[in-house]
Amino acid sequence: MAQFRFREPSIIPGFRVTFGFTLFWLFLIVIIPILGIYYRTFELDWAGFTSIVTGQRFLAALRLSFGASLLAAMFNVVIGVLIAWVLVRYTFPGRRIVDAIVDLPFALPTAVAGIALTAIYAPNGWVGSLFAPHGIRIAYTPIGIWIALVFIGLPFVVRSVQPVLEDFSTEIEEASATLGASRLRTIVGVMLPTLLPAILTGFALAFARAVGEYGSVIFIAGNIPRQTEILPLLIVFRLEEFNYAGAAAIAAVMLTVSFLILLAINLIQSWTYRRFGNV
Amino acid sequence: MSDAILHAGNTIDHERDFRSPVTESLAVRAVLISLTFVLLALFLVLPLVSVFAEALRMGFGQYLATFSNADARAAIWLTLLVAAIAVPCNLVFGVAAAWAIAKYRFRGRAFLISLIDLPFSVSPVVAGLVYILLLGSNSVIGGFLLENFNVRIIFAVPGVVLATIFVTFPFIARELIPLMQEQGTSEEEASISLGANGWQTFWYVTLPNVKWALLYGVLLCNARAMGEFGAVSVLSGKLRGETVTMPLQVELFYNEYAAVAAFSLASVLAGLALVTLVIKSWLEWRYADQLASGVRGH
Repeated sequence: MAQFRFREPSIIPGFRVTFGFTLFWLFLIVIIPILGIYYRTFELDWAGFTSIVTGQRFLAALRLSFGASLLAAMFNVVIGVLIAWVLVRYTFPGRRIVDAIVDLPFALPTAVAGIALTAIYAPNGWVGSLFAPHGIRIAYTPIGIWIALVFIGLPFVVRSVQPVLEDFSTEIEEASATLGASRLRTIVGVMLPTLLPAILTGFALAFARAVGEYGSVIFIAGNIPRQTEILPLLIVFRLEEFNYAGAAAIAAVMLTVSFLILLAINLIQSWTYRRFGNV
Repeated sequence: MSDAILHAGNTIDHERDFRSPVTESLAVRAVLISLTFVLLALFLVLPLVSVFAEALRMGFGQYLATFSNADARAAIWLTLLVAAIAVPCNLVFGVAAAWAIAKYRFRGRAFLISLIDLPFSVSPVVAGLVYILLLGSNSVIGGFLLENFNVRIIFAVPGVVLATIFVTFPFIARELIPLMQEQGTSEEEASISLGANGWQTFWYVTLPNVKWALLYGVLLCNARAMGEFGAVSVLSGKLRGETVTMPLQVELFYNEYAAVAAFSLASVLAGLALVTLVIKSWLEWRYADQLASGVRGH
């Protein structure tokens, strides 16, 4: 009978030291602090917890955070797939620069993005002043929040779809064309289903990032209670009131949602692996 | 002869009509490429340009004046200090984690990788909150440290450092792990068989194989460490000149309506982002084969 073995034997030294250090540092910096959130939430009794998560201000922030993130991630899917397609399939001058620019939201500090977007979309800004005469305000409204979330989530969809599209074999497209399918039908009926797992992963990553985003949103949001107040900001307000249990309860809700999204991404990826092999 | 002309004419017609079945017509391509340029210009380039435009709005003298402000200088120093602590911490962790995960086969490796990636899916504000709950002056550990050693972590520099380590935790490990898994263990096994010890094997065999991926990870880790806002903002307490990093000082200037000062300081961070992007693209272009395949961004 095969004996249970935690690891396969190896002549390479250093497993105990590196594995032990990895676990130690991981628990010290990440795991224990995160578990602390749930621990502090349990200090509240059930009535205390429900009064926080059914409060009008919390529910308004919840709706705004998830609604704006959903709309931003959906828009990111549309333009992300378009940009990935153009970058992989077409050659044009400046393609390498465009490719590099896509990562700007990863590299630009969020506070810098926040004040820059506010400057552009404020009623006297470059873009805001074009809309202001028509009575459309962008900064300090949910539209402004949506724009900041589109900015922050854009690279996720592009970078998820791009490698899959690069590996896509043109023979399949040729076969589809030979069998009489129009170009549009080939793209929608043959290519899109293959790209779908990558698109969903990009969507989930962009959505998860948008729900937790703070720096780029708070400047453009205006932060009016119940109107343009996002969930992370509500945590900051609870902290400023020294209401630690209240802050922990909101954080526990957000953490649980991020874990569910993470689980969904893993399920998508393992499903893709089973369905298509190594994509 | 007329046949030949007719034939040639046919060929030209035929070539003009022929279109590869696996691409779109010129018009569609032109529209899609233009759309990409417009979208990226509107959503990404415009904000970047506006940072520099707003910073220089009152002239170059006003721009430079920001950097003789004592608070701004202190913020720049603190940012450099925090990055100088946080990046090496994650460098050591990343190398150790990659060695343990990529060079051995044990149960639960995939789960361990997911745990290492966890900080990416936690909101920066929540990242700050976790340390306040754990180490704040009214918590068990924080109270103990304050009473017995007079050490403050929260609303002090150690808190800022901790927050930065948390948010940049996975960067280096996630660049190294896939690459070292692809490279396998045969070279290390050969080195050990020939009598090298573990340290020599790492230094002379493994490290040269992963040096560009390591640099790539350090680059991204550093950019995030210097630019982190949410987690640091929760933990710093915003004591001017003491616990305020550059992104926080940008916020303080901005909220005081010192727009030029805010954007001038922000322009330094934007410049850092641009330099990071240039080096990153260069590494991807020059050493694509020595970076983990398919790993980009984040």
